[in-house]
Amino acid sequence: MKNLLLTARLDMSESLRSKWFSLYAIIFGGLIVVLFLSGVSDSRVMGFTGLSRLLLIYIQICMALLPVFILLTTVRSVAGDREAGVFEYLLSLPVPLSAWFWGKTFGRFAVVFLPVLGAMVLAAVWGMVKGIEVPWASLGLYVALLISLAWCFLGIGMMISSMARSIDIAQGAAFLVWLLLLMFMDLILLGLMVKASWPPEIVIGISLVNPMQVFRTAALVLFDPALMIMGPAAFVILDNFGTEGFVSFAIVYPAVLGTIAASLGYLIFRRGDLP
Amino acid sequence: MIKFENVSKTFKKRPVLDQVSLHIKEQNRIALVGSNGAGKTTLIRCLLGEYNYEGSVEVLGKNPRIDRRDVLKRIGFVPQLPPPLKMPVGELIRFSAGICGSNPAAMEDVATKLGLDIAQIRSQSFVKLSGGQKQKLLIGIALGRECDVLMMDEPAANLDPEARHIFFNLLAERQKNTTMILSSHRLDEVASLVNRVVELDRGKIVLDDYVADQVDMDSILICRVTMNRDEASFANALKEWKFKPGLGELTWEGQVAGPDRLRFLGVISRYAAVVKSFALEPNEKSQEAAQ
Repeated sequence: MKNLLLTARLDMSESLRSKWFSLYAIIFGGLIVVLFLSGVSDSRVMGFTGLSRLLLIYIQICMALLPVFILLTTVRSVAGDREAGVFEYLLSLPVPLSAWFWGKTFGRFAVVFLPVLGAMVLAAVWGMVKGIEVPWASLGLYVALLISLAWCFLGIGMMISSMARSIDIAQGAAFLVWLLLLMFMDLILLGLMVKASWPPEIVIGISLVNPMQVFRTAALVLFDPALMIMGPAAFVILDNFGTEGFVSFAIVYPAVLGTIAASLGYLIFRRGDLP
Repeated sequence: MIKFENVSKTFKKRPVLDQVSLHIKEQNRIALVGSNGAGKTTLIRCLLGEYNYEGSVEVLGKNPRIDRRDVLKRIGFVPQLPPPLKMPVGELIRFSAGICGSNPAAMEDVATKLGLDIAQIRSQSFVKLSGGQKQKLLIGIALGRECDVLMMDEPAANLDPEARHIFFNLLAERQKNTTMILSSHRLDEVASLVNRVVELDRGKIVLDDYVADQVDMDSILICRVTMNRDEASFANALKEWKFKPGLGELTWEGQVAGPDRLRFLGVISRYAAVVKSFALEPNEKSQEAAQ
């Protein structure tokens, strides 16, 4: 445990010193500030108002940006250290490979999630100061959904990072994964598949496998329990899962997927030549 | 203590180690020599459990690949190329000491003995240190912890003569209870530090011999060189060894660490044409102190 914590701390301080983290923190923290300044919380559109509307927009932006940010920064982890020639020395120290790999994973998770969490907390504090009603239950569930989404893509990133032998390949693969999942969302390919009358089982199956779509649907469910926005697809979701069931699925499934991906990454990392 | 049995390693169908068998006993101080690409670094990485290989490697009966932590706890390692770590020096020391269960002050103490001002560079990024500073720090980390095996790849290559002498003294303090493997592509760099020479060539052991050396690791030799004419490049070479002008106009005097003498003689031999007289004698004071 001590080795794991030491490695996590090392990875966190390395990340905090890096330029990508500054950019990342500015984007996700600054986004909330921009949304407040633009008066989103004061307007009413489609029945959403106040902090609920602001959070809804923030979450939708997170859905698109958070995965690609996490993937592109995480894949540098193992592949980058290997390419830089860091492993020969650091892994000659008596640190178990499990502590090393999982320490880096947890450290990186803390770093990528903190700015997002900070932005959510900032939104809540701002709401309280301005006297806007804070939807605490939704806020809590959003945080849980974001944790699950972040962990999912962190796990996928660690797996790609373990498999790739260079940063270029790792980043290319990460971008491809993100693009593929983005394409298979209701706004793009899934929408076209529905329009082209594909069997609903395939369309729904894809939407339930795609963690980004699962996150998006769950985020919408929290503000639109009847899922009016989604049209007939809402019946399938609500009949089979129910609102609470789907939100639970949306929290558990990406987290499990991320854990499986990270575990596979660890097995690949442990099995191969280290430097 | 350490056993390599028929160890083979291939990279993209190219054999780098070919059925290497080597038994290393306690108190062996091995010079692992060979030209570039001979397989020295690969052999070291197999011992550190960093590579998969065919055959078997054991350190005190344990497999470094499976029992990594137990094995690596007993090995202090200094790589040939310092890792490009961006972390500050203080953090590297803290992390290494934490992982090894050692006292960071002991690591800093060794690095300080080698001439490194830790307080000055503590918050500086490791990668921005000079080659010599990096080497001193990595040696400090390796020697500042409890270990039974010291494995060093070209350990003294970037050290100045003074630091080399201190480094040899530190190794001398440990020679009775530590097994050492010193890798180098030049035997004269490490010859005086070892009692056994293993030479690798194209992944095979081509020489495995024991050597006896009369010069102690911590001894100092007094040297006097007189030139037959003024030669600036020779004078500069001597200045690098901290030599100073002597009584005669063309005479230079200085001290050479015992284990460094072959390397020093190598330098002198390059200027044989301008050497009028040359004397290299044990420093009696250091001998008395040793007795």
